[in-house]
Amino acid sequence: MANAKEVLTKPLVSNNPIALQILGICSALAVTSQMQTTLVMCAAVIFVLALSNSSVALIRKHIPGSIRIIVQMTIIASLVIIVEQALKAYAFDAYKKMSVFVGLIITNCIVMGRAEAFAMKNPPLISALDGIGNALGYSLVLIVVAFWREILGAGQLLGFELMPVATEGGWYVPNGLMLMPPSAFFLIGLFIWFLRTLRPDQVEES
Amino acid sequence: MSNDRVLKIVLVATLLCVVCSVLVSTAAVVLRPMQEKNSQLDMRRNILEAAQLIEPGEEVDVEALFENIEVRVIDMNTGEEAEGIDPAEYDPRKAAKDPKLGEPVPPDEDLAEIKRRALYQKVYLHRNESGELDKVILPIHGLGLWSTLYGFIALEPDLKTVQGLVYYDHKETPGLGGEVDNPKWKAQWPGKVLFDDDGNYDFTVHKGPSPVQSVHDADGVSGATITLRGVDSMLRYWMGENGYGPFLDNLKKKIDG
Repeated sequence: MANAKEVLTKPLVSNNPIALQILGICSALAVTSQMQTTLVMCAAVIFVLALSNSSVALIRKHIPGSIRIIVQMTIIASLVIIVEQALKAYAFDAYKKMSVFVGLIITNCIVMGRAEAFAMKNPPLISALDGIGNALGYSLVLIVVAFWREILGAGQLLGFELMPVATEGGWYVPNGLMLMPPSAFFLIGLFIWFLRTLRPDQVEES
Repeated sequence: MSNDRVLKIVLVATLLCVVCSVLVSTAAVVLRPMQEKNSQLDMRRNILEAAQLIEPGEEVDVEALFENIEVRVIDMNTGEEAEGIDPAEYDPRKAAKDPKLGEPVPPDEDLAEIKRRALYQKVYLHRNESGELDKVILPIHGLGLWSTLYGFIALEPDLKTVQGLVYYDHKETPGLGGEVDNPKWKAQWPGKVLFDDDGNYDFTVHKGPSPVQSVHDADGVSGATITLRGVDSMLRYWMGENGYGPFLDNLKKKIDG
């Protein structure tokens, strides 16, 4: 039986899904150009991952091995559609900003990765914690990336201007690359470098 | 019973599908009225925004302000008001797909790349306190890079000067094509003039900053060439004879009396 606190906090730094497991890179590129969409995305992923993990764990003893992936996929897809519908009803502005990216949570490797790696072998409650922990680890990286992308790319944070941009008479010339998805690769790379310098045990043996 | 017997596999799959579909459809049905209300409110807010009646993000009673807007359904071929169509019920986006209410756009006319068009469109008119027409708001749409952009353009009563342009629905790249939502980009539109003195269309949306400062040229967005080309083409289409041309001609005659 895994320790609850460890399950929740380990994915933050010491077993971060993006930085160590290198999962969920795709959406880390897509939604991080603005902090606000990133925060909504993080909330959606926390919700989906907690519920998908606990639902899979709940029926884990009855899932036939031959169709387990499609069973997990169905559960995840249903949850994502529900999140999308709820956003459309209660947070229309955020929904409009996120557009296709909400649906892309379905293809977020972390969600299925955790269902397959953890929820299939553990009871529901601890699986939910594992889901939340991993979603928080994911959120941490996304927020760090979005922070730099919005500041360097647009001179602002959450819509507040921090560095007046040159096009409006300020001094800062925004770095257009930061608004493009590939910039997230560089930032995630730097993040992983930083993390592994602090914790050399994360470095893979060559 | 072993989990990998065929019977168990079929049973688990069926049960799972039933449970999931019930959950998904319940969410969709329960939330639909709110979603529709949101999307109507959003559309109305954008109509008011295009007409510069409200500021972007301003907290106002959209419904109350919208009372002052007169909604008309017009026949796109004749430019006359269409008889017997209730503006509240009519949805041009659905109509374009309907075999009776829509038609395919011939490829050589299809500047905005919309493929099908509705025979009738909704237009929105706003009158000032003395009852004179002071804003004409026209819905426009056309293909950008990833998606169709839906928006509104508001014209002065001279029917060639722009009051505002907004997009309320698109799926362009945030930060690039998505910058058509940026208030700073939208702020250049009031005062732009779409037609020259002879009534010919004379307007260009550039891909980056406009090389000349003129009322007949608009700045684009760097890194969003294809989206902005879409904006340029859809204005050409909707302001042309296949778009609101006939309606604008009619309206002009009425205004000039």
